[in-house]
Amino acid sequence: MATVETRDIKKHFDDVKAVDGVDLSVKEGEFLVFLGPSGCGKTTLLRMIAGLETQTSGDILIGGQVVNDLPPRARKIAMVFQSYALYPHMTVYKNIAFPLKAQGFPGEQIPAKVEWAASTFGIGKLLHRKPRELSGGERQRVALARAVVREPSVFLLDEPLSNLDAKLRTSARDELQQFQRRIGTTTIYVTHDQVEAMGLGDRIAVMSGGKVRQLGSPQEVYNEPADTFVAGFLGSPPMNLFERDDYIAGFRPETFLPVGLHDTSEPLVTLWAKVHRVEHLGADRLLYGTMRDTFPNEKVIINIPFTVEMSITPGETYEFAVKEKDIKFFDRSTGLRTEPRRFWEKRS
Amino acid sequence: MSAGMYKAKAWGVKGANFGILAAFIAFTAFPFYWMLMTMFKETRDLMNPNHNPYLFHMRPTLEHLRVLFFDTLYLQWLWNTAFVGFLVVLITLVTAIPAGYSLARLTGKTGERLGIGIFLTYLVPPTILFIPLSKVISSVGLQDSLYSLVLVYPSFTIPFCTWLLMGFFKVIPKDIEEAAMIDGHSRLGAFWKVVMPMSVAGVLTVVIFTFTLVMQEFVYGLTFITAASRFTVSVGVPTFLVRGDVYFWGSLMGACFIASVPIAILYNLFVDRFIAGFTVGAIK
Amino acid sequence: MINQPQSLADNEKWLGRAMIAPAIVYIAALVGVPFFLALYYSVSDITVGSKEMSFIGLDNFRHLLHNRTFLRALRNTFIFAFVSQALVLVLAKALALSLLRDFRGKWVVRLLILLPWVAPISLGSIGWLWILDSVYSVINWSCRALGIFGPMTWPIWLGQPTLAMASIITVHVWRLLPLATVILLGGLTSIPQDIHDAAAVDGAGFWRHNFQITIPLVLPIMLVAMLFGVVFAFTDMIVIYVLTRGGPYDTTQVLASLAFFTGIDGGDLAAGAAIALFLFPVLAVSAFLLLRLARRTEVT
Repeated sequence: MATVETRDIKKHFDDVKAVDGVDLSVKEGEFLVFLGPSGCGKTTLLRMIAGLETQTSGDILIGGQVVNDLPPRARKIAMVFQSYALYPHMTVYKNIAFPLKAQGFPGEQIPAKVEWAASTFGIGKLLHRKPRELSGGERQRVALARAVVREPSVFLLDEPLSNLDAKLRTSARDELQQFQRRIGTTTIYVTHDQVEAMGLGDRIAVMSGGKVRQLGSPQEVYNEPADTFVAGFLGSPPMNLFERDDYIAGFRPETFLPVGLHDTSEPLVTLWAKVHRVEHLGADRLLYGTMRDTFPNEKVIINIPFTVEMSITPGETYEFAVKEKDIKFFDRSTGLRTEPRRFWEKRS
Repeated sequence: MSAGMYKAKAWGVKGANFGILAAFIAFTAFPFYWMLMTMFKETRDLMNPNHNPYLFHMRPTLEHLRVLFFDTLYLQWLWNTAFVGFLVVLITLVTAIPAGYSLARLTGKTGERLGIGIFLTYLVPPTILFIPLSKVISSVGLQDSLYSLVLVYPSFTIPFCTWLLMGFFKVIPKDIEEAAMIDGHSRLGAFWKVVMPMSVAGVLTVVIFTFTLVMQEFVYGLTFITAASRFTVSVGVPTFLVRGDVYFWGSLMGACFIASVPIAILYNLFVDRFIAGFTVGAIK
Repeated sequence: MINQPQSLADNEKWLGRAMIAPAIVYIAALVGVPFFLALYYSVSDITVGSKEMSFIGLDNFRHLLHNRTFLRALRNTFIFAFVSQALVLVLAKALALSLLRDFRGKWVVRLLILLPWVAPISLGSIGWLWILDSVYSVINWSCRALGIFGPMTWPIWLGQPTLAMASIITVHVWRLLPLATVILLGGLTSIPQDIHDAAAVDGAGFWRHNFQITIPLVLPIMLVAMLFGVVFAFTDMIVIYVLTRGGPYDTTQVLASLAFFTGIDGGDLAAGAAIALFLFPVLAVSAFLLLRLARRTEVT
């Protein structure tokens, strides 16, 4: 178990700045998620921590020790790849035993260790099979077992769930988190799926363009986004953002409810919107519409839970309201979060 | 190990790499470098055992090349080779392209087996076939004619090129052909109008490869043809440029160099595709 | 209701057959027929000049098996083929590994490495003929200059049997190295980078990485390259024709060259055909092995 730290880490490929100055500190035993769209630099950052890529500048520390010049095998890390990278010509047993042999583990102790790692993930029966005979979920567990068997200080996981079926993904996510809590190893997890990130992470580092936009707990990045990118990336459907003069105002679809459904103790702002289309998604109803006053003709998405029985007819205009504290403001030129403004008093 | 030692080891590996590469390049390329040197050296310089062969002790000369081009049949041989090459490429393309497409798309399981079978005929060497073929050639009356080569060479270019083309065609997505067929083409039309234009690079690779095979062939050329004026380069240079016991090394090396290096440059441009086509054919 | 296809251009089953027919006919006519003719000749007494021939059974083969030159050629054929292939295997692996990374000037390097393979065999061999010349060999000169050879050492590379065999093997290796390397490179680059990364993270050092990960994964394609090499070396006569003509005194003959000299120069077509046919068993075995490999190339 160890801490991981990056200090002003940069990676340039000719003109492209894949990672552009990241300062990060991962706490011991923490499950930290790098979240961002493809090309944001999250995988490059992970690979630099692993030692598979050399940084252009900056330092990486594992357990307080600078590891810049150490190759991967000297860093006491284990990695699970998106493709699992199982050795196709070896049995599951040999795959899991490989790291032990490579590090000179005493031969007599290897079988016990492999058994332990295999049973942790419930694949004890598959030890004599080859990877091509396994299902996707089974292969993923072999990859995890292979990572765990060396008892490393840090786990690095590169989108390990993205190749699984949707149904399998949720149960795998649950198992993964339980496992990490139990074993307590510092874990860094890369994904582009914000639901996964919110579900798994103790903290999330939201990345874009090679920089970390915000680092915080899932609630923090969701409820108090640091800039418009974070605000737009997290949440499905995304936050409604409206541009005005020199600022941007936004609120999340689920905070915008028909007036009268809020408990009236908190200050509200009421706005009228015409609903064009309704999507019935089972647990939610999505309303697609346009705003009437204040932000005339701008598109808006509204998310009403199924528990609200009010009927909504496409083509009608309704009065909605959002709590004052749920409206977030951003500077128009930089996208960064600013202090709230009272725009509704300037109604024309 | 300390970080410093890891770094030193990395540099050591790089150095060893470089050394190995340099040694190999020296091995493979040296004979051609030597051809280059020899063809410009004065004969008296060449034939003096006391002279350092790596240096020019007399000024470089074009005499050997002059002799090669004007006093020997070298140009005629080059022309013969080009002539045979051109026709063989034509025959090969006309035969192997449809065959390759058929194996890639139209014949299913038996097609797989047939493809491998065709490929294996490439392994039947000319050295088994040249004796009966020589009898056949003379009975057909093509003895001592370049057309005998034009007739026989496709027997080894077609199998290999069919295999290569099968590989190239397999890579083209079926969707594109199906879209063309929905748009109104027949299967043949889709092949001609859509697949072929997309396969230009593959066809060029096959052309170059075929031409290389033609240039290299020796056994049939030596067996079927006896008149010096009808030799191909590969046969003419070894048999004719040696008069009695005297080897005209300068001209000989010039002849070898000129017929080897340019085609190698061309081949180098296409070798990636060659390997791609070759290996795709092997993967189901 | 599905209508019957209108024309050949639509009828896939027959279109497929029509498109492949010319190739099959050509191969059958120019490979299949001569092959059976070779079989037929080998059990006859046909010569270059004869208009007729008669069946003489296995006489040709029997004579050959008592012929010392033939047995020597048979032995040489195997030695040359397998020794050169073994060398090529090791060398190609080393060379392919050092060519894996991209670097500047790689195109030129690849050109220089491909030269022996692309150049016409006879012409490349003539180049070696000059390099190995008994009087003017640059190898001899260089070794003397470097002090490796003493004043009394003057190896006649193509004149003494052992040296001649070594020279021929060298030229075979020289010729086959590029193809083996290029094929091997193709196999090496087809290994996903992830696997190498995983091995690096798992702690594999250089030797373990190569022997336990890389080599097993390129083994199928390596075997294909080797099989090719064996076939080429086994059936080649050009190198020997140019360098030694089979000499000195038939000590470097191989089956292919002996077949040529006996059949064409000597006129005894039947004996020539018989000699050449001894090549066939090895080829059949190679074909069989290649087929087996083709079935087992599923790795992932």
